[in-house]
Amino acid sequence: MATARIRANTPAASRRSHSARRRVHSAYPYWFFIAPALIYAVLFLVPTFASFYFSLTRWTLFTSTFIGFANFVQFFREPNLVQGLVNTFVYAAVTSGLKVVIGMALGVLLTSRIIARGWLRSVVFFPVLVSTIGVGITFSVLMHPTEGLINQVLALVGIQGPYWLTDPTLALISVALVDVWKGVGLATVIYVAGIVSIPQEYFEASRVDGAGPWTTFVNIILPLARPATVTVIILSLIGGLRSFDLIWAMTRGGPGFTSDVIASVIYKQYQAGFYGLSTAGNVILFLLVTAIILPLTWVLNRKVTH
Amino acid sequence: MRRAIRRSWLGVVAIVVTFVIFVIPFIFIIVTAVKGPQEASLLEFTWPSEIRLWDNVVEVIQARDYMLLTAFINSTLLTVASVAGMVILGAMAAWVAERRQGRWGRVIDFVVLSGLIIPPAVVPTIWVMQELGIFKTLHGLILIEIAFGLSFAVLLFRAFISTVPRELDEAALLDGAGPIRLFFQVVFPLLRPVIVTVIVVQSVAVFNDFTNPLYFLPGDANATVQLTLFNFQSQFKTEWNLLFMNILLITIPPLVMFILFNRQIVAGMTGALKG
Repeated sequence: MATARIRANTPAASRRSHSARRRVHSAYPYWFFIAPALIYAVLFLVPTFASFYFSLTRWTLFTSTFIGFANFVQFFREPNLVQGLVNTFVYAAVTSGLKVVIGMALGVLLTSRIIARGWLRSVVFFPVLVSTIGVGITFSVLMHPTEGLINQVLALVGIQGPYWLTDPTLALISVALVDVWKGVGLATVIYVAGIVSIPQEYFEASRVDGAGPWTTFVNIILPLARPATVTVIILSLIGGLRSFDLIWAMTRGGPGFTSDVIASVIYKQYQAGFYGLSTAGNVILFLLVTAIILPLTWVLNRKVTH
Repeated sequence: MRRAIRRSWLGVVAIVVTFVIFVIPFIFIIVTAVKGPQEASLLEFTWPSEIRLWDNVVEVIQARDYMLLTAFINSTLLTVASVAGMVILGAMAAWVAERRQGRWGRVIDFVVLSGLIIPPAVVPTIWVMQELGIFKTLHGLILIEIAFGLSFAVLLFRAFISTVPRELDEAALLDGAGPIRLFFQVVFPLLRPVIVTVIVVQSVAVFNDFTNPLYFLPGDANATVQLTLFNFQSQFKTEWNLLFMNILLITIPPLVMFILFNRQIVAGMTGALKG
C-alpha cells in the first residue's frame, strides 16, 4: 500500500493515470452523437434556420424570389391573419388558465382523504391518451346546437344552450374548453405529484395552529406547489400556442376565420400554395413562443429561488 | 364522525361529476358506434335498439378498400420504428452528454430545450425532405418523428442516467469492456424503467399524431389511423355509427397502454418536468 502511494508520485505513474483518464473518457465516445445529431440537425434545425430565409421569399419549393418583408406585411395587414394571431393568444391564455385552476382543484381533491381516488384519477387522466381528432369529432357532435347532448341536457333544466361551435364569438372558446377537458388530466397528475412532495410537517403544523382547509390551501399548498404551477403554465402555453389538430377537427378555423390560430393559418396557406407566407406564419409562431416562454420561464423560476 | 360523512359525501359528488363530464362522452362514442345507420344519425344519447357491434366493425374495416387495415399497419410500423429509434439514439446521446458534461453539456441542454419549445417549421421541413427524397415516404415520417421526439427522450434518459453510479462504468472498463459493450451490455439493461416510460409515452404520442402525417405523408395509400378518421368524416356524412366505430377502434391501443402502464405514463409525464 505504502509503495503504491510512493510510486503514484513518479512521472511514469502520472503518465499512466493520464492515459487511464483518456481511456475513461473514450468510454463515452463522441461518435455516439453522430446519428441522433444528424437526424435532429437535418430534419429539425436546418428547417428552423431555413424558415427565416424562406419567410422572406415568394417560394414554390423549387424556386424562391427574395421579396423582403412583404410576407410579414401581408400577414399583419389581412384582418383574418391578424385575428389568427389574437386568437392564438386567447386560446393559449384560456386553456392554460383553466388548466391551472381546475388542475389544482382536482389535485387538492385527489390528495385529500376521499373515496375512490384511483378511479377519479384514472377517469380524469384517460382523455390525455385519446386521439385528439377523435375527441374533436365527438365533441363537435355533443356541442351541436339543437341535437347535441349538451344543449339537450341544458334544455331539460330550462336553459337555452348557446350555439357552441357556430356562434362566431363563442367557437374559439368552445374548442378551448374541449382542450381543457382533454388536457386537464395531465395538469392534475402534475399537481398531485407536487402536492404529495410537500413535507407532511407543514400540514401537521397548520393543523396544530388550528388552520382550516382554506387557510391551509392558501398558506401551504399554493406557495409550496409552485413548481407544479410553473410546469403546468409552461407546458400548456407551449401546447396552446401551437395547437392545431383539435381546432382543425372541430371548426377548421370557422365560422369564417373566427377560430383560426397561427397553426391553422400555416396549414391553410400551405394548402393554398403560399409557401412563403406559410413559412412567415411559422417564423411568427416561433418568435411568439420564444418571446413568451423564455422570459416566463426565467421569471417564474427566479422567484422560486428567492 | 361528521367529518367522515362529509368526506364520503364529497367523494360521491366527485364521482358523479367526473362521471358526467369524463365518462359520458365515451359512453356516447360506444353506444353510437354499435347503432344502425338511421338510429345513429339522430345523434341521440340512447341505448341502441339493436346492437350491431360486429356488422359495424366489419363495415368500417372494409370501407374504402380496407383503408383502416392499411392505416393500422402503417401506424404500427411508424410507431414501432420511430419509438425504437428514439429509445436507442436518445439513450446513446443522453449517456455521452450526461457523462461528459463539460462545455458541451450546456450546448446540449440548450439544443434539447429548443427541441421541446420550438414549433417545427412546416414547409422548410417538406423542402428538406424533398431534397433528400424522403417526402411522402413512411421512412421519412419515421425519421421526422424521431427528430421531433428525441428531445423529450434525451431529457428523460439524462435524468435517469445521472442516478447511475460512475463506479459501474469504471468496473466494466477495468474488465476490458469497450464503449459499445459498456453501453449496450452494462448500461442499457439498467435503464429499463426509463426505457419503458419512454416507450409508453412516446408510442401513445406517435400513434395519436395527426399533424405530422398530415403534412409529411399525405395520400390515401399511406394513411395513418388518425387520418382515416379525418377522411371518413366527409365520406360517412350520414353514417355516424361507422365514424364512431372508427374512433372506438383507434382508441383501443392507447386504452390497452393505459391499463398496462398507467403508472409509468404518469411517472414519465410528471417526472420529465423535474429535469
